[in-house]
Amino acid sequence: MTSSDGAAIEVRGLWKIFGPRAERVLGGPDAGLDPVALREKTGCVAAVRDVSFSVRPGEVFVVMGLSGSGKSTLVRCLTRLIEPTAGEISIGGEDVRAASPARLRDLRRHRVSMVFQHFGLLPHRRVVDNVAYGLEIQGVPRARRHERAQEIISLVGLDGYAEAEPGQLSGGMQQRVGLARALAADPEVLLFDEPFSALDPLIRRDMQAEVMRLHREMGKTMVFITHDLSEALKLGERIAIMRAGEIVQLGTAEELVGAPADDYVADFVRDVPRSGVLSLRWICRPPGAGEPLDGPALPAETIIRDAVPAAMESSRPIRVIGDGEMIGVVDRLDILAALADRPVAAAVPGQRPSPGGAGS
Amino acid sequence: MTSQASPAPPAQAAPLASRPARLPRWALPLAGAAALAAAYLVFRGTATLPHDDDAAPFQWINDVRAWVDANRNQSPIFLFFVNYVRLFVGGLHDLLHLVLQGPGWTGLTGIAAGLGWLTGGWRIALLAAAGFGSFGILGLWEASVATLALVLTAVLLSLAVGLPLGVWAGLSPRLRRLLTPVLDVMQIMPTFAYLAPMVLFFQIGPASAAIATMIYSIPPAIRITALAVEQVSPAAVEASGSLGATRWQTLRKVQLPMARATIGLAVNQTIMMALSMVVIAALIAAPGLGSDIIRGLTRANVGLMLPAGIAIVVMAIVLDRITMSAAARTPHRTGGRTRWVVHRAVAAALALGGVALGRLLPAEFPAEWVVRFAGPVNEAVTWAKFSWYGVTDAVRNLTTEALLNPLQSVLTGAPWWLVAAAALALAWRTGGPRPAVVAVGCLLATALLGLWQHTMETLTTVLVAVAVTLLIGLLLGVAAARSPRFAALQRPLLDAAQTMPAFVYLLPALALFGATRFTAVFASVIYAVPPVVRLVEDGIRNVSPAVVEAALSCGSTERQLLWKVRLPLARRAILLAANQGIVMTLAMVVVGGLVGAGGLGYDVVSGFSQRTDFGMGFAAGVATVLLGIMLDRITQGADTRASSRTPTPTTDRRNKRKMRTA
Repeated sequence: MTSSDGAAIEVRGLWKIFGPRAERVLGGPDAGLDPVALREKTGCVAAVRDVSFSVRPGEVFVVMGLSGSGKSTLVRCLTRLIEPTAGEISIGGEDVRAASPARLRDLRRHRVSMVFQHFGLLPHRRVVDNVAYGLEIQGVPRARRHERAQEIISLVGLDGYAEAEPGQLSGGMQQRVGLARALAADPEVLLFDEPFSALDPLIRRDMQAEVMRLHREMGKTMVFITHDLSEALKLGERIAIMRAGEIVQLGTAEELVGAPADDYVADFVRDVPRSGVLSLRWICRPPGAGEPLDGPALPAETIIRDAVPAAMESSRPIRVIGDGEMIGVVDRLDILAALADRPVAAAVPGQRPSPGGAGS
Repeated sequence: MTSQASPAPPAQAAPLASRPARLPRWALPLAGAAALAAAYLVFRGTATLPHDDDAAPFQWINDVRAWVDANRNQSPIFLFFVNYVRLFVGGLHDLLHLVLQGPGWTGLTGIAAGLGWLTGGWRIALLAAAGFGSFGILGLWEASVATLALVLTAVLLSLAVGLPLGVWAGLSPRLRRLLTPVLDVMQIMPTFAYLAPMVLFFQIGPASAAIATMIYSIPPAIRITALAVEQVSPAAVEASGSLGATRWQTLRKVQLPMARATIGLAVNQTIMMALSMVVIAALIAAPGLGSDIIRGLTRANVGLMLPAGIAIVVMAIVLDRITMSAAARTPHRTGGRTRWVVHRAVAAALALGGVALGRLLPAEFPAEWVVRFAGPVNEAVTWAKFSWYGVTDAVRNLTTEALLNPLQSVLTGAPWWLVAAAALALAWRTGGPRPAVVAVGCLLATALLGLWQHTMETLTTVLVAVAVTLLIGLLLGVAAARSPRFAALQRPLLDAAQTMPAFVYLLPALALFGATRFTAVFASVIYAVPPVVRLVEDGIRNVSPAVVEAALSCGSTERQLLWKVRLPLARRAILLAANQGIVMTLAMVVVGGLVGAGGLGYDVVSGFSQRTDFGMGFAAGVATVLLGIMLDRITQGADTRASSRTPTPTTDRRNKRKMRTA
């Protein structure tokens, strides 16, 4: 990593405008228009508007938004499968936008791989040849690339299917092949474009677990696009929520649920069971007069739901410990209120920690 | 790891290490080819079936004809059926001819313009007027009207039979299943094959020409109509039924109106097919433009056939545009009632104006307005022939010496059983046992007809033409798929090329190369290339964008993308293109018999010109059909095999093979 701050992916001021004379729109005052007005006035669609973020090495970074919010365009801009209109992208310190076609191919071959919603498998090739495709176009000799493909096939749990044709496999298994193909070149970064949207819920859960396992074992940097909030919360270390091409909020799951930046995000996270995402830090309060302070102690990062056993064992309020000091207490009623998804703020107004402080 | 939702792994998932032991994929075909080559070298010259003008089947057919001629007015089949059909069709043709002649040349032009106005506004009206005017200017007014009458007769008959049958087939899957193979065979039949039986039953003349044209042009009428009715949204049909409509009401008020535009296309295609057939029908004394063209072709006189060729193309364009815009027009009346009345009034005024103009102008098209250019054209052709002689001669000789002659000597010199074995092996490999048996059966039947050698000659020309066609078609198709600009440039040319009747392509070929076998090859190539280009281009373009994107994101170069992704995935479309190319090439090569291509086409032509050769001509017509079916089965088999990839027969086979080696 040659990048100054050590980020795996660094995106600054990224724009993608589809339509005639996109560059002119960008420079002019029209860029600030809302999507409908922009489309009426210029015929252009701004799919990505002034997006900036950075992804740490080894992080799972989730971009979430509804369809049409520009998330798929954004991820394609990262390797210039779609040419961005403006902005800077650097991956592992390399300036992607300045790269020549050959450098770009090199980047796609060795450093960044992608997994697609509709798999994009080659139906005329066996699984093993699909997985080895990336190596094949790099010019790796047949025996070596098959050996490597076989390793990866085992890794994603497809042992015994190497000779099958993609059409014979179920959707979940086809996506395992897609995953294997992306892993075969041993890239630093994996991009996932709604990889599990086409799968049914049970298979999707398995595949999410599979991705988390691979992440633990291999520690790759991952950018994960999804429209499914629960998937985002499950996988993402940090989550960016997009709307109409812009990132409206970027933070951990806890921050999004606990302190939504605007009504849009609030609306999004409304149905999320708070007790499964928020930590004790969000519901603790100063001890009341005469409250016993000899109850069990729990760290402030404990998820509310995980504090239930402690609360069941002792009737005394739980002491919440942050940075070695007691920052407040939580009693059974507080936990019950949180489990019942009563708004946290209503319980103890003015006691919520600043969003920046949580989860960092 | 899921196990509940996944199919059981192939039981014999062999470890990779065992794979090198498997034979490479090309080993078997290579061994087969080597064996055939060795057999050819050993048995060359034996068991050949040289041509005999007096072969027994020909004599037998001649006898049949003699019997028919003798009993035409006695046998009940003729007396009570065939002769009446002939009288009816002949009468219809005469009637239509009279009707068309009635308004005079100005009147007919005016009526055409009025029709154009009704269907497509002033553009089409202008096109129609200019088109009909040009028939006169070319000096071919009478011939054009005769051709138009013949086309109308054939088209009316085709639609009268084809549309109801098509609607029925659209409603009944069983009838559709029954008709499909029949229509398949009808569509791969070269035009020539229809003619001899017509002569046998209906003698020569407009009636039998109209019937031949009708039979040739009826498949699209049935097919496209059936498709149109079948494609009507099932939801609309269901909704109609749920409101209590009877089947007849649903058909009349829902299905037919919704299928209207596509049925219009069926009419359009029927007319186009009829136009290309009426020219060929001139061989059995059809009146009109065809006779000029046939005479020009047989005498290698380009100046004679060029005006008639232009007239036919113009007629095709005018009829095509009128029917297409009629089909595309929305059935709803736009604007108010006055506007509708004005619209009709303008059309009527155009037609009546034309008729009225006829009072002022001479009834015949004025001779001084006619432009005659046979002389200059022939001079230009002679000039082109002489000044480009070096190039054209070199191209012709190279093809003839390097491709046609060697291939022909192999095919005619090899024992018949060896050629049959090769066809069997090829068809088996591409299509499996059933197509293979059909293909070989057809091939051997040509030998039984006594036409083995001529079939081999025609096959040679077809193979060479197909090879060239596919090469050019693939190159252009790939180029068009890769460059939208090139595609945009090429598309109108392809459109125009596909509107023209087939034999038009013989014109430039004849002008450049004279009457030789190569002329037929050249004409078939330009005839068959447009659809091949189009199929290849569409095939490559329709490759799933998700797959292309995935391959790009792996870092594929453009070339890798083409060879490893696009072409393999377009395999089905390319095989379909090959199939189409072969069928079209065969049709053209047979017509090329008129310009020195020899083989079966020549037999057919001489069967019409000399009574003693009738049997041979008839048999040759049948042989072209057999050849067509054989080639179609071989290539269509490859297509269906490719389509059955997702089910597992091929992989099962592969797995079995693997088990044996493991």
